[in-house]
Amino acid sequence: MSKRRIYMDHAATTYVKPAVLEAMLPYFTENFGNPSSIHTTGQLARSAVDRAREQVAAAINALPQEIFFTGGGSESDNTALKGIAEAYAKKGNHIITTNIEHHAILHTCEWLEKNRGISVTYLDVDDKGRVTAEQVEAAIRPETILVSIMFANNEIGTIEPIAEIGAVCRKHGVLFHTDAVQAVGAVPVDVVAMNIDLLSMSAHKFYGPKGIGALYVKKGVRVPTFIHGGAQERGKRAGTENLPGIIGMGKAIELAVANMEESSKRVAALRDRLLKGILETIPDSRVNGDTEHRLPNNLNMCFRYIEGEALLLRLDLAGIEGSSGSACTSGSLDPSHVLLAIGLRPWFAAPNLGRRDDGRGRGLRACDPARNSENIARNVANI
Amino acid sequence: MLYSERVMDHFEHPRNAGEIEDADGVGQVGNAKCGDIMRMYIKVDENENITDVKFKTFGCGAAIATSSMATELIKGKSIKEALKLTNSAVVEALEGLPPVKIHCSVLAEEAIKAAIDNYYQRKNGGEGVTVNDACAACEH
Repeated sequence: MSKRRIYMDHAATTYVKPAVLEAMLPYFTENFGNPSSIHTTGQLARSAVDRAREQVAAAINALPQEIFFTGGGSESDNTALKGIAEAYAKKGNHIITTNIEHHAILHTCEWLEKNRGISVTYLDVDDKGRVTAEQVEAAIRPETILVSIMFANNEIGTIEPIAEIGAVCRKHGVLFHTDAVQAVGAVPVDVVAMNIDLLSMSAHKFYGPKGIGALYVKKGVRVPTFIHGGAQERGKRAGTENLPGIIGMGKAIELAVANMEESSKRVAALRDRLLKGILETIPDSRVNGDTEHRLPNNLNMCFRYIEGEALLLRLDLAGIEGSSGSACTSGSLDPSHVLLAIGLRPWFAAPNLGRRDDGRGRGLRACDPARNSENIARNVANI
Repeated sequence: MLYSERVMDHFEHPRNAGEIEDADGVGQVGNAKCGDIMRMYIKVDENENITDVKFKTFGCGAAIATSSMATELIKGKSIKEALKLTNSAVVEALEGLPPVKIHCSVLAEEAIKAAIDNYYQRKNGGEGVTVNDACAACEH
């Protein structure tokens, strides 16, 4: 089938930009050295890792020594929560989070409750998916050791009031972690201005490779060793570095941040046109989440009386690729916990046509949003 | 692709979709919470042969395909034969389903049984539609 496919699932994963791949390639072949080796080949690799660490740090206004490379967003989330629970066990045993977090946070919290005697408060969000700093403040107890609230939601794209929450945490001397996997590279992130103590990110959400992520840990915050072994990542995460992955992440984040403003504006405008077209042509359609505090590349809608998977299959046959709920939960038949949390009932299907775009990729830009919305409308009508 | 070609064919071109206004038996299974609702209509002649069958399904691709296939497998058969239809026969006819979707074939089998049950109830003076909304295949 030669039909052009329109990929609108960049919240699940992005392709690797050619410039990123180009930066990575030499580190598979000629510059293959082990960064821990003393010889020239090793030291070339070492300096490339150092440069990538600087690129990642600069993107979020952190110091290079505050960046620890990991295997991805889920590992960063696990490490942050389990690490803080262990290192600050003497201070307390209470964690505050929300009920719309990614499962890398929710399932880790459940594990900590069951196995580590941690008590977790799951804050409710409003019908737009937002939590307030006041809610966080009211939930803080003397034994609270950590607040973990996502920067932006992976399904509905709602951006949480991170700076306000950061200020509240700082005021009460509670550590603040944010799962910023969807936000980094899409919206400005400043760990200093926003009082963020720990932050998770993942390269394959901003046109970098899969299998590489980072955890930012503010200087002075204690986290135990994640993986025991060699002295890599300042003794926190042993194992020979994922050299090409690290180089790719550095390049990808640099490009994402450099083009962020222009790219966000353009993608948001396309998104809004698509939204307008869908609302005008499809009866009983509505947008989920917050139209004001929203990732520029996200669109999440529900089509009343339409079953999600059936619509996704029809759209796929028409060459449009979207999702209903998180890709991580597509093996489960349960309705999205995020949509339930914002008060939707399970029979509202909600294909997520969210995406991010650098302008050269496949997607909205390559076609006319008005035609896309007609196409979606036709497929809704067919079910 | 998630599904076999046969499943996609039945999803895109469902056989016997619709309603029978003067049906002799109507059965409905599933519920909105589990995400699938199937309604089967059968027309039965004096020799207890199923002369016509139609379905309406709200559900995923597998739910639509299993309903469609189930109607094909019982159309023209006697009630006795139709009662022998198992969910695994539907799955086999569709050239397989992903494990998480096997429950859809169970629903299809139950929908046919509910329609036949309804046919007998009507024969004994009963009215309306037989509804079995306790989804046996999942916890909902």
